[in-house]
Amino acid sequence: MTKVTMTVNGKSVSAEAEGRTLLVDYLRGGLGLTGTHVGCDTSQCGACVVHVDGKAVKACTVFAMDVMGAEVRTIEGMANADGSLGLVQQAFQDHHGLQCGFCTPGMVMTTAALLAENPRPTEAQVRHGLEGNICRCTGYHNIVKAVLAASGQDADAIAAE
Amino acid sequence: MHNFEFVKPATIADAVAALAAEGAQPLSGGQTLLPTMKQRLAAPEVLVSLTGIAEMQGVCMGEGGLHIGAATPHAVVAAEAAAHYPALAALAGGIGDPAVRNRGTIGGSVANNDPAACYPAAVLASGATVVTNTRRIAAEDYFQGMFTTALEEGEFITQVIFPIPQRGAYVKFNQPASRFALTAVFVAQFADGVRVAATGASNNGVFRWEEAEEALSAEFSAGAIAGLTVSSDDMISDLHGSAAYRANLVKVLTGRAVTAAR
Repeated sequence: MTKVTMTVNGKSVSAEAEGRTLLVDYLRGGLGLTGTHVGCDTSQCGACVVHVDGKAVKACTVFAMDVMGAEVRTIEGMANADGSLGLVQQAFQDHHGLQCGFCTPGMVMTTAALLAENPRPTEAQVRHGLEGNICRCTGYHNIVKAVLAASGQDADAIAAE
Repeated sequence: MHNFEFVKPATIADAVAALAAEGAQPLSGGQTLLPTMKQRLAAPEVLVSLTGIAEMQGVCMGEGGLHIGAATPHAVVAAEAAAHYPALAALAGGIGDPAVRNRGTIGGSVANNDPAACYPAAVLASGATVVTNTRRIAAEDYFQGMFTTALEEGEFITQVIFPIPQRGAYVKFNQPASRFALTAVFVAQFADGVRVAATGASNNGVFRWEEAEEALSAEFSAGAIAGLTVSSDDMISDLHGSAAYRANLVKVLTGRAVTAAR
C-alpha cells in the first residue's frame, strides 16, 4: 500500500492505495465520497465520471496512482458554497432530468465539462457530448433539456418533443 | 484484477529501464488495458505508465509532417491537429466518447492494434511512421495482423509522424454499443497517388484496398470504384454484421470518404 495524495474538491487529501486501486474506489472507499457511482465497471455507462485536471474521465478506468497530485472534482464538489444545488444540478431538478438518479452524478459531471468547453451547445452537440453516459430511466429527453437549460438556453423551445 | 507494482517515469530513458523488469508492461491511457486487466486477460507484474513523460505529449508540425506524441489523448489530437490534418482530427474526435477521448492515447491505440480501432486506418492510409524508443517503423511493416504489431518486448511507441495528404477523409460506420468501427475507411490523396485503408473489416486487422487505390489515383471520384468489388474472404463475421456485409461496407464507405475528402 502506498499513500496517494491528490486534491479533491479543492482540499488536499490522501488515502492508502494499491497499484490496482481504481480512482473510483479510492474516492468511494478511501475518502468516503460515495456520490461517484460504479455502474458497469467497464467504462460504458459513465456513472463514475469525475473531472481530473478539468477533464471528464471515467473513474472506473483510471488508476488512483496514475493521477497522483491531480486536481479532482466529484459530484460532492458541485453544490454552491452555501450548500444549495449548483447550476447544473438545479437544471436537472427543474427539468426532471432524472428518475432513479443512479446515473445523475456522471451526467452532471459530463454536463459541467461539456459546458466548460462549449457554453452554448446545440441539441445535437449535447446528445453527442452525452454519448458516454447511459441512463436507463428517462430516455434522455429531459436530460438534454436540463443541459440546454443549464447553458442558459430556452430548453422547451429547442429540445425536440 | 491482480495486483502489480505501479511505476510512472518522467522520461523515456526511465521508462526503458522500468520496462526491463520481469513481467513489466507499458500503460498509456488504459482505456483498453484496464478492462482487459479486470477480466484477467492481462496480468502484468509491473505497470509502467507512459502518460507522465513530457517528451511523449503534444502535436506539432515537423520534418515529414505532423508529429504526435504517443501519449497524447484523442481529445488533444482532435483539437490541435484540426488546423493541419482535419481528417485525422475528425477521426480522433469520433473515438469512443468524451471521457474516453480525455484518457485514451494515439500510442496506446496503435500499439494495441485492435482490428476495429480507428487510428490504425489513419496510420496506414497516411503512410505514417511509427517511432519507438529504438527505431522508426513504416506503417506497412508495423501492422502484422489482429492485435499484432512489429513492436518487440520492452519496445514502446514514442511518436507517430503523419505525412499530410492533399485531401483526406475518414468515414466510420459506428458499432453503436462499443463506438468502435463496425467498419471504417480512411482515404488519403497524395501527389503521388491515393491510399485507402479499412479497419473493422478484416480478420487480419487494418488493410489497404489496393484495387481502389489504383482506380482513385487515376480518377478521384466515388464513381471510379463503382465497378470494383471487395472479397468477403477473411472478413470478420459476427452478430453485428456478416463478412459479406462488411465487404460491401468497405466499398460504400470508400465512396463516401472520397466524396467527403477535403
